[in-house]
Amino acid sequence: MTDLTAGLWELLLQGLWVTVQLTVYSAALGAFVAFVVGVARTNRLWIVRFVSGLYMEIFRGTSALVLMFWMFFVLPVAFGWQLVPLWAAVLALGLSYGAYGSEIVRGAIAAVAPAQHEAGIALSFSPWQRLTKITLPQAWPEMIPPANNLLIELLKGTALVSVLGVGDITFGASLVRNALGDSAPVYTIILVMYFVLAFLLTRGMRALERQAKAGIGQTPEKGAGVRGKLSIRRQDAISRSSAGGGA
Amino acid sequence: MTWDWSAVGDFMPRFWDGVLVTLQALVLGSLIAFALGLVWALAQRSTLRVVRWPVTAVTEFIRNTPLLVQLFFLYFVLPEWNITFSALTTGIVGLGLHYSTYTAEVYRAGIDGVPEGQWEACTALSLPRTRVWGAVILPQAIRRVVPALGNYVIAMLKDSPMIATIGALELLGQARQFSAVTFQPTEPITVIGVAFILIAYPASLLMRALERRLVR
Repeated sequence: MTDLTAGLWELLLQGLWVTVQLTVYSAALGAFVAFVVGVARTNRLWIVRFVSGLYMEIFRGTSALVLMFWMFFVLPVAFGWQLVPLWAAVLALGLSYGAYGSEIVRGAIAAVAPAQHEAGIALSFSPWQRLTKITLPQAWPEMIPPANNLLIELLKGTALVSVLGVGDITFGASLVRNALGDSAPVYTIILVMYFVLAFLLTRGMRALERQAKAGIGQTPEKGAGVRGKLSIRRQDAISRSSAGGGA
Repeated sequence: MTWDWSAVGDFMPRFWDGVLVTLQALVLGSLIAFALGLVWALAQRSTLRVVRWPVTAVTEFIRNTPLLVQLFFLYFVLPEWNITFSALTTGIVGLGLHYSTYTAEVYRAGIDGVPEGQWEACTALSLPRTRVWGAVILPQAIRRVVPALGNYVIAMLKDSPMIATIGALELLGQARQFSAVTFQPTEPITVIGVAFILIAYPASLLMRALERRLVR
């Protein structure tokens, strides 16, 4: 580990910054897509439900890496659209993880008590008011734990962009590996970097969850001692969100 | 937009080779994930701290770091320690190891879901430990988690193109090689993208149907 010079560390840190940027931008795009598609799946018109369901099945059905290859190599040749690599990556990650997220949004909306919806109608709220003032504020805290798992999947998914030459942590690591001729130290370091990023994301999402639950008068369940603190994902969320997983 | 059907035709022989390798990776990877996941799940229930803590730490670490980097680690670091596998074998081990940390959580949830009375009945009948697990707890636990395990097999299918990055010639590997030779990336990459949907969508419908039947 001693032969990692300052210049090589700089490569890794630049990669770290690109990975953080990728995660933030794709998470923003993914959240937007998830809300639009998730809400559309509860629409009254069958055609809206059908189109949003089709979107979800297509983007959840295919492999994120294949989708990325398609955006990098097919889109420019077939349609003449050449995207900046970073943005093509954000688009591929955001669209596919947004499709996974739409299931979280749909599920959380479905979990709001039907009487709330009926009360909104009885008070003659418009559909938009019902959604933004009644349904979403109550569904929102339910979305956060599964969204945390998905966010970590997204962080792991950003490593794929290195295959297409975007200079993220994994790409930086391959440069360092070539320079050193030694793989063990650099890959160990970047695995730890990814783990720390995932841990920080989880801490942030837990804080967000506490705040969101306080907003509707609930307290989140306590983690189980040291193990609960160490373990990154909420344990029960894993078995429940069987739809997630898979980069 | 240009679409050349003859390129699709030329790609087909390689496509079927790729399907075969992808399915091979998927089946063997799933077997590793199912077996190793059960080992992790049981070790995490151990009464010994020296077993429980390291296993928990290692599975958390593997689950929260990218599979792609783990594949690079296995592919580049193991030879430095004089352990050499082919690209495909490395890929299968990587997929199986990564997904075993997910299946461990699935098994854990299944074991926790077995009613307390079953454990008490075992104690009352003073069954030996092997019989408690083999004949009472695991059959009930595994039945409930079959659909969840199946969902992870589908997730693994969608992650399997990653092993192309270390040189295994599965679907994506074949498509890349074909487009490198013919300079026609449009057809092969679109074909394999559609192929993934055509495999994954019916499989996820099957898992939903299984879930209705098995989980009550």
